[in-house]
Amino acid sequence: MVSMSKIATGNGHGENSPYFDGWKAYETNPFHPIDRPDGVIQMGLAENQLCFELIKKWLMEHPEASLCTAEGVNRFKETALFQDYHGMPEFRQAVAKFMGKVRGDRVKFDPDRIVMSGGATGAHEMVAFCLADPGEALLVPTPYYPGFDRDLRWRTGVELVPVICESSHNFQITRTAMEAAYEKAQEANLKVKGLLITNPSNPLGTIMDRETLKSIVKFINEKNIHLIGDEIYAATVFKDPEFVSISEVIQEVECNHDLIHIVYSLSKDMGFPGFRVGIVYSYNDAVVNCARKMSSYGLVSSQTQHLIATMLNDDDFLHNFIMESKEQLFKRHKYFTWSLSQVGIGSLKSNGGLFIWMDLRKLLKEKTFDAEMDLWRVIINEVKLNVSPGSSFHCHEPGWFRVCFANMEDNTMEVALSRIRSFILKNNESIVPRKLCRRSSLKLSLSRSLSRRMDDFMSPAGIMSPHSPLPQSPLVRART
Amino acid sequence: MEFTRKNRQLLSRIATNDRHGENSPYFDGWKAYDSNPFHPIHNPDGVIQMGLAENPLCFDLIEKWIRENPDASICTAEGLDKFKDIAIYQDYHGLREFREAVAKFMGRVGGNRVTFDPNRIVMSGGATGANETAIFCLADPGDAFLVPSPYYAGFARDLRWRTGVEIVPVHCKSLNNFRITRAALEEAYEKAQRSNINIKGVIITNPSNPLGTVLDKETLRSLVSFVTDKKIHLVSDEIYAATVFSSPRFISVAEVMQDMDCNRDLIHIVYSLSKDMGFPGFRVGIVYSFNDDVTNCARKMSSFGLVSSQTQFLLASMLSDDEFVGNFLRESSKRLAKRHHVFTKGLEEVGISTIKSNAGLFFWMDMRPLLKEQTTKAETELWRVIINKVKLNVSPGSSFLCSEPGWFRVCFANMDDKTVEVALDRIREFVLQGKEENNHEADKSQARAQRWRKQNLRLSFSSSRLYDESLMSPHMISPHSPIPHSPLVRART
Repeated sequence: MVSMSKIATGNGHGENSPYFDGWKAYETNPFHPIDRPDGVIQMGLAENQLCFELIKKWLMEHPEASLCTAEGVNRFKETALFQDYHGMPEFRQAVAKFMGKVRGDRVKFDPDRIVMSGGATGAHEMVAFCLADPGEALLVPTPYYPGFDRDLRWRTGVELVPVICESSHNFQITRTAMEAAYEKAQEANLKVKGLLITNPSNPLGTIMDRETLKSIVKFINEKNIHLIGDEIYAATVFKDPEFVSISEVIQEVECNHDLIHIVYSLSKDMGFPGFRVGIVYSYNDAVVNCARKMSSYGLVSSQTQHLIATMLNDDDFLHNFIMESKEQLFKRHKYFTWSLSQVGIGSLKSNGGLFIWMDLRKLLKEKTFDAEMDLWRVIINEVKLNVSPGSSFHCHEPGWFRVCFANMEDNTMEVALSRIRSFILKNNESIVPRKLCRRSSLKLSLSRSLSRRMDDFMSPAGIMSPHSPLPQSPLVRART
Repeated sequence: MEFTRKNRQLLSRIATNDRHGENSPYFDGWKAYDSNPFHPIHNPDGVIQMGLAENPLCFDLIEKWIRENPDASICTAEGLDKFKDIAIYQDYHGLREFREAVAKFMGRVGGNRVTFDPNRIVMSGGATGANETAIFCLADPGDAFLVPSPYYAGFARDLRWRTGVEIVPVHCKSLNNFRITRAALEEAYEKAQRSNINIKGVIITNPSNPLGTVLDKETLRSLVSFVTDKKIHLVSDEIYAATVFSSPRFISVAEVMQDMDCNRDLIHIVYSLSKDMGFPGFRVGIVYSFNDDVTNCARKMSSFGLVSSQTQFLLASMLSDDEFVGNFLRESSKRLAKRHHVFTKGLEEVGISTIKSNAGLFFWMDMRPLLKEQTTKAETELWRVIINKVKLNVSPGSSFLCSEPGWFRVCFANMDDKTVEVALDRIREFVLQGKEENNHEADKSQARAQRWRKQNLRLSFSSSRLYDESLMSPHMISPHSPIPHSPLVRART
């Protein structure tokens, strides 16, 4: 038996969490419209695949963005040799500009504070290494992205203390909840070094309003602890209310800027998770310097820096992309939530992210996490959809599921929706009130073309205008 | 970086300690270069960078291949249909074609005496990330690794900073050309045990940075048998494998393992394309372990530093082109050999010797005869003269933890031919200026002067202090003879 480290032999990588069981089911039997129409549809992956045509068009028109075209190859050598952990100035300028644009140009970001990392994954770990010692803690509002358990804790030895958010408050972060978590940590002799928020939220898809953000900034300032704002979904906000960044709020509220740090990435907003573009943006000079040194462990490939620098420095493209992305996400979200509501399934009202927070509490045999797991296994194995159970996000209440909607073609979405419909109808006709049944388009056959359905849906006369709020989803009533 | 007390409380210990290594003098030379970089036209008196181990000699071949293979890019008309799939590909296993291409490349670099398994190829953020990942997998905070010195200055950060693991140097001596001996390893190990330091493994760099030498089969076997006996790990950093430009050939630890009784679970390789291909910007680090658990763990950790899928795609295509790879490796060796020869010959002509080497992007220069005294302090003084007066950024042996003062690592590949000439001229001038100044003095005593002219190497610093020395005949300082015992330098006031 060969000795490895404790980090290596422990479970801190988090992959034994049930979050990954659905993935494994998908991997052994992945859906394909032609080759494997009965396979598992991946709805557990928060990816943004809706705007690639726009990107490809831009690439065709800008061969100089690549080091491998005739127009770009003269930059190949200097770029291949460029390993300076400051990053290419054009890259930092482009990213700073993009971040500003995504916040409606209400904030300016300083390119010299842009520090690279190995994706948002690397960024989070790096920030934890800079701010906390092993055994110290970060507060994290629930429900939260399961990867945090690994990214913030695994190799750093830092602890996470949940800030419980409840459906009764629409899962918003309250001062009371923050204080309670802070107290709890104190009682457990855990030194709290910071609070990590994800805004827009994963898995909720909601954004924090200005008041909540101000309250959070005041809280961390009083306690003299750090605030880390994970804003990787910033550009996925597809309708009002507008996204408000902590970078804006600190311009309005008195606070120690040395406590404020933002984690960003292009994985969600641009749909480029493969390119590993993670960013740490700190208002604290010492943290910028330290993080920059640490970035050596996960710099962005200079080939990719060059591509991104060219792309994001194109103002017209930026503007078009952001608009198009919002539009596509809005349409997809609207259609998806509306279709679910037709069979009596509700979700948390949201206006951002690549997923919805689906409410299946009424389908639970009992209000327990065991019942949630049972339901989830049914969804994976019988309905053949990989959705993510709320418990994997440390949600305090059972019955909620995160369902991703932006990582698939329209056809696949239709298949997913029809499976959900069949499941609901088969298992519990009483779930859907009779009047809804008759009125709704439950008897839709798959042969109806998508475009016709989408046209019905998007009629200007209807309530489905992009500018009206999402109708309240009807409560789903389970019956044993 | 000065930390206020407030900051020290606000930030982690890791953030406020020095283990990032950047306060080491190694970086002073870089700073001198950064503030006054040489340029043949714009700044001909600037500092020439000879502290950067880069390999830009074969970009013409690479650029030609790029032009001929537009489908290697996801941004060209030919490759665009792959853009989306690649841009969303974030699987930490890495693109299969990428792993296969890298495994094949590693095999070729080892002379095809070993086959590497693509399923053991794990990505990391450059070799920097690879070394850190290996340590995270193998050791706990407070544990230690034996590292033969002189060793790469960056290890202080990569192996120790965020991991909390310590380095115990195994000092190698010029007496036997800095060979790693079993005796030295045993001694270092015993000493550590007595001090209650828990040794978890050994890290070797082969070919060596900073020496530019390769390990012979006997030494490798000895290392493998040492770690097997002690049940500790062996991490072999082989990132310079393809920079071997003359015999003896490179032997990977993977090759040696094949006909030895050893515990394969203890053997791990770190690789990268930064030196062999000249692509440090692309951050292609590889951890290759013969231990399944380590492979699995390192793969999970690779999420913190995956190779950009855009880059994986390009390299998968490039490195699976057998003809290109064969041609590249041959040409690269040829050009490195030529450059190495130009330098070492040039140095020999002015009486400066280097350790005999056949690999790497640098040579290990013997400046011991020029030291006022055999101390690190004297070495640092000499180094400052070289940076500030001769205007060459070379790296002092102390930054590589060399136990003997007076050695300097000098990189030779990272410049064009004209700059090579300028660098050599400056060295010649520096050395000869010293000879002349001494000849003035020698006029006072003719016999002595004669002997000096014939035999001795004399150097002067522009501060006009004179150092004389004896017994350095050109014959003794040929690049191909073993390092002579350096005569003691006698300072003259």
